[in-house]
Amino acid sequence: MTRVEHATQSSRIGVALIAIALIVLALAPYWGDRQTLRLLAEIYTFVALASLWNLLAGYAGLVSVGQQAFVGLGGYLLFAFAILLGMHPIAAILVAGPIGALVAVPVAALIFRLRGAYFAIGTWVVAEVFRLLASQISVLGGGSGISLPAAVVVAMAPSRQMREFETYWLALALTIVVLGAIVGLLRSRHGLALTAIRDDEMAAESVGISVWRTKFIIYIITALGTAMIGALIFLQKLRISPDTAFSVNDWTAFIIFITVIGGIGRVEGPIVGTIIFFLLRQTLADLGSLYLMMMGAVAIVVMLWAPKGLWGLVAERFGWQALPLQRHLVLEKETVGKP
Amino acid sequence: MQWFNIVLQGVLIGGLYAMFAAGLSLIFGVMRLVNIAHGDLIVLAAYVSLLVTQGMGVNPLVSLPLVVPIMALVGYGLQRGLLNRTLGDDLLPPLLVTFGLSIIIQNGLLELFTADSRRLHAGVIEIQAFELLQGVWIGVLPLVQFTIAVAVIAGLQMLFYRTELGRAFRATSDDQSMAQLTGLDTRHVFAVAMALSLAVIAIAGVFLAVRTNFDPAIGPGRLIFGFEAVIIGGLGSVWGTLAGGVILGVSQAVGAQIDPGWQLLAGHLVFLVILALRPQGLFPKVSG
Repeated sequence: MTRVEHATQSSRIGVALIAIALIVLALAPYWGDRQTLRLLAEIYTFVALASLWNLLAGYAGLVSVGQQAFVGLGGYLLFAFAILLGMHPIAAILVAGPIGALVAVPVAALIFRLRGAYFAIGTWVVAEVFRLLASQISVLGGGSGISLPAAVVVAMAPSRQMREFETYWLALALTIVVLGAIVGLLRSRHGLALTAIRDDEMAAESVGISVWRTKFIIYIITALGTAMIGALIFLQKLRISPDTAFSVNDWTAFIIFITVIGGIGRVEGPIVGTIIFFLLRQTLADLGSLYLMMMGAVAIVVMLWAPKGLWGLVAERFGWQALPLQRHLVLEKETVGKP
Repeated sequence: MQWFNIVLQGVLIGGLYAMFAAGLSLIFGVMRLVNIAHGDLIVLAAYVSLLVTQGMGVNPLVSLPLVVPIMALVGYGLQRGLLNRTLGDDLLPPLLVTFGLSIIIQNGLLELFTADSRRLHAGVIEIQAFELLQGVWIGVLPLVQFTIAVAVIAGLQMLFYRTELGRAFRATSDDQSMAQLTGLDTRHVFAVAMALSLAVIAIAGVFLAVRTNFDPAIGPGRLIFGFEAVIIGGLGSVWGTLAGGVILGVSQAVGAQIDPGWQLLAGHLVFLVILALRPQGLFPKVSG
């Protein structure tokens, strides 16, 4: 009897630790102040965005520098639904995802004609087109942007504190859903196909995996998640403008930095990377553009000398994995020569 | 006549875009590297020219003989010291390293020169113009810039197909390990290609700075123009980049005439339409 096992001892410890951490974080409204809640909620959105980008670039090999297209799209969908249709913001966030996926279909059909690095710049052009189009929509503030009307905000919850708790839990829940979906996907047979593509595209194709179709599906799924998180981000900010919604710095440069530092092509990477990113930001952000230069330099150094990132180093040195994603064949001994 | 004028202006600015594109296309052709920092290097060239112009009190166009070799040296050093390490089968390192470089250059310029908008003044040539046909005026400066763009592209074409260096470029482009076997030092060949690319960028950067305002943040936009011109023209085709640049320039000029908000959008849309209908570009040379 043989079977495939995902968990290792380290991943059992990892899952237990993650479960404890999640309980502590879920209770944050009871132990943290407003500042802490805001910071944590922002961290969650970056974990989610980086994990989605990691799925796209690290696993499917689709290096996009234009995911801000879907962050911004999600944000604008939230504002459009809430302001123009009077939809509840949380409902708007949930609807923004599927619409993001729908929009991604023609976009993918178009930019999948470009390969490799040209694909990357193609995604950027799409994001620019979205930004320019958004600044033409005058009911949503045109080029200067718009705030979420007070009526919409108040409709969420009567008291300000309750509203803040609600957005916090929403951010935590959405991030858990995104991460859970990614882990679930990677543990499925599609995940096996994806890992094969990550390791060697040609070999993957030769064992019967449709590389194009797999990448296409991943692009759509990523757009869905990214649009939803985008909507969430702009619910936190309560204000949107084309430049903030489609910012290449905020939604691509930082995300790439996080993923590369943490470890690209590993689920744990973006989580580790986000923690480091926020530690650096809390201590060095006063340096302004010098801080950004350092970030660029660190990303280059890591890419050249430790391309698997920090978690990659840890995983290789100690054989750790925090999540049950490996596949082991378990051979159970059969008693030979039964009496 | 008004429309003829607009199209003509578009054609002339297209020369500038073609120079953005030629540098990008050159290094992609030789080493399959797409330089995300390309646009920021164009802006860097503009600032180098600003320093030379201010420091020596000369016309920006006169600063070219100094700016071009400086940028070429930067390119050679960049390739030898950094970018050669990123080349290989994996797509990520060159992409992410040049992306990091782009952030460093942008913020470095911001740190040194602030976010203020700058402009280089080339003197009386900026306002000189002559009447080509009745009612059709051509500025001397745009015409000079377009002529130089055509000359640069013709020069690159000649260099690629007529010289020993061009043969080395084509050899490494076709098969890097084979080229190495015949005794070519590919690291040096790549570095020379990058130096050449940045020399072209330097010319483009100076003309950009004379023509419009610039600040540290406009690099990515120039990268996108160059990239669009490359794809419209067709990968690997030297003259295609000129055609691509001109088409992009005309689209933007026509778009701007319809509605000022449509200038950039029109260019992007024409690019996307061509990508949809003819993904290999209008004058393709190599595939993929």
